[in-house]
Amino acid sequence: MEMPMTTAALEALETPPTKIVARDVNVYYGEKHAIRNLSIDVPARSVTAFIGPSGCGKSTFLRCINRMNDTIPSARVTGKIAIDGEDIHDPSLDVVQLRARVGMVFQKPNPFPKSIYENVAYGPRIHGLAPSRTDLDAIVEASLKKASLWEEVKDRLHDAGTGLSGGQQQRLCIARAIAVSPEVILMDEPCSALDPIATARIEDLIDELRENFTIVIVTHSMQQAARVSQRTAFFHLGILVEEGPTEMMFNNPTDKRTLDYITGRFG
Amino acid sequence: MADHIVSTYESELKNLTRSVVEMGGMTEKQVVDAIDALVKRDMLLAQNVIAADPSVDALERVIEERAIITIAKRQPMGPDLREIMSAIRIANDLERIGDLAKNIGKRALALNGAFQAQKLLRGVEHMGELVLGQLKDVLDAFAVRDADKALAVWKSDGEVDQLHTSLFRELLTYMMEDPRTITLCAHLLFIAKNVERIGDHATNIAETVYYLVHGRELTDERPKADASVYVGAANQEPAR
Repeated sequence: MEMPMTTAALEALETPPTKIVARDVNVYYGEKHAIRNLSIDVPARSVTAFIGPSGCGKSTFLRCINRMNDTIPSARVTGKIAIDGEDIHDPSLDVVQLRARVGMVFQKPNPFPKSIYENVAYGPRIHGLAPSRTDLDAIVEASLKKASLWEEVKDRLHDAGTGLSGGQQQRLCIARAIAVSPEVILMDEPCSALDPIATARIEDLIDELRENFTIVIVTHSMQQAARVSQRTAFFHLGILVEEGPTEMMFNNPTDKRTLDYITGRFG
Repeated sequence: MADHIVSTYESELKNLTRSVVEMGGMTEKQVVDAIDALVKRDMLLAQNVIAADPSVDALERVIEERAIITIAKRQPMGPDLREIMSAIRIANDLERIGDLAKNIGKRALALNGAFQAQKLLRGVEHMGELVLGQLKDVLDAFAVRDADKALAVWKSDGEVDQLHTSLFRELLTYMMEDPRTITLCAHLLFIAKNVERIGDHATNIAETVYYLVHGRELTDERPKADASVYVGAANQEPAR
């Protein structure tokens, strides 16, 4: 008889390939040196959490991954970031295409002032992903289903997206992000404006989404990082202090600064 | 390590440790008194040991309750969570040690008026001293978070087990030589077993202290030397 394998053994067997590689990344906002010599490997189809006190650079680094910092005039990024081996700063790379591959969900739900349907349909339409109306309908339905919102909105797809509750709006934003079939989803404190029930739904969703997407999440809730992520990275003062399996990071981190932070000993 | 930002959290954890240390002191005294009551045939002391057991049990419940409240309120991480889990585990072992001391007290009472031969008590007395030393060391190790000291206790448990085996043989011999000693020796066999189990709980506490300090379990196979289960068997060697 075959022995049942432990979860740990199974996970070790299925170690996903590296999706995002960052090497010696530095970010400056004018004079301010916001990130110093950061290097990290983010595995595919798993959740990586960035934790750290405010101003530690975790959101700044998150925004490097889809070049959102390009929109800030004073920001300057050096070093290398590659997705599937492809340098995202390659001059021949189309930033719009990059952002289709790397979707983003923000702290506050920000649906377009359009219908629920249009919120999700907008991306696939401008990226030419849906040749026909039927295709577009299918993408909208599939995306809303993946975002666990379909059952709640299927009878009112043409109501305003802004009329939904906060948690529903955030799931709508996730549906919008996944509608363009991204490979990576960046989440910047996706639950900080939500109540505990809506938060639980989003966390449940994140766990489902990791089967198909590489997820990087910035969170101020250590319990959330511990619950949803497989790997955790701790940032402090613009430095990536320590990164490793979430279980290790929260039970027995190597660096004293990580230990002090997770146990609530400094802020 | 620096204090927590939330000072009440800091004091909750410190109070928890303090209560476990206090409970350790109580159970240690229980064991000392139980052995003393037996050896000196002090019936009053034996009664005191039995009467004091409920307060040890009560302290265990207080520790457990406080630990649960702190987990619910603070969602402790890393070493803080280990601190709390260790308090629960150690309090549990100490409560069992208290019960075993109480049992020794009860047997000391039962022996009142029975045939007495002081030399028969020497073995149990000696074993008691050894186990008390372990208990004291492991409680010290907990108080100062000394994993090496805990490990030394853990490794020394084999000695207690060996002593238990030889005491078992010795008591069998006495009973065969002189049937008048049977009541006493039968009680002493159980008392020796109780003392041996106190040693086992001290070993458990040593494992917990090691886990508390290092964040991982002690995984080596502990030297087991209690062969008393084989005594009297046709082949007196333990099966390998």
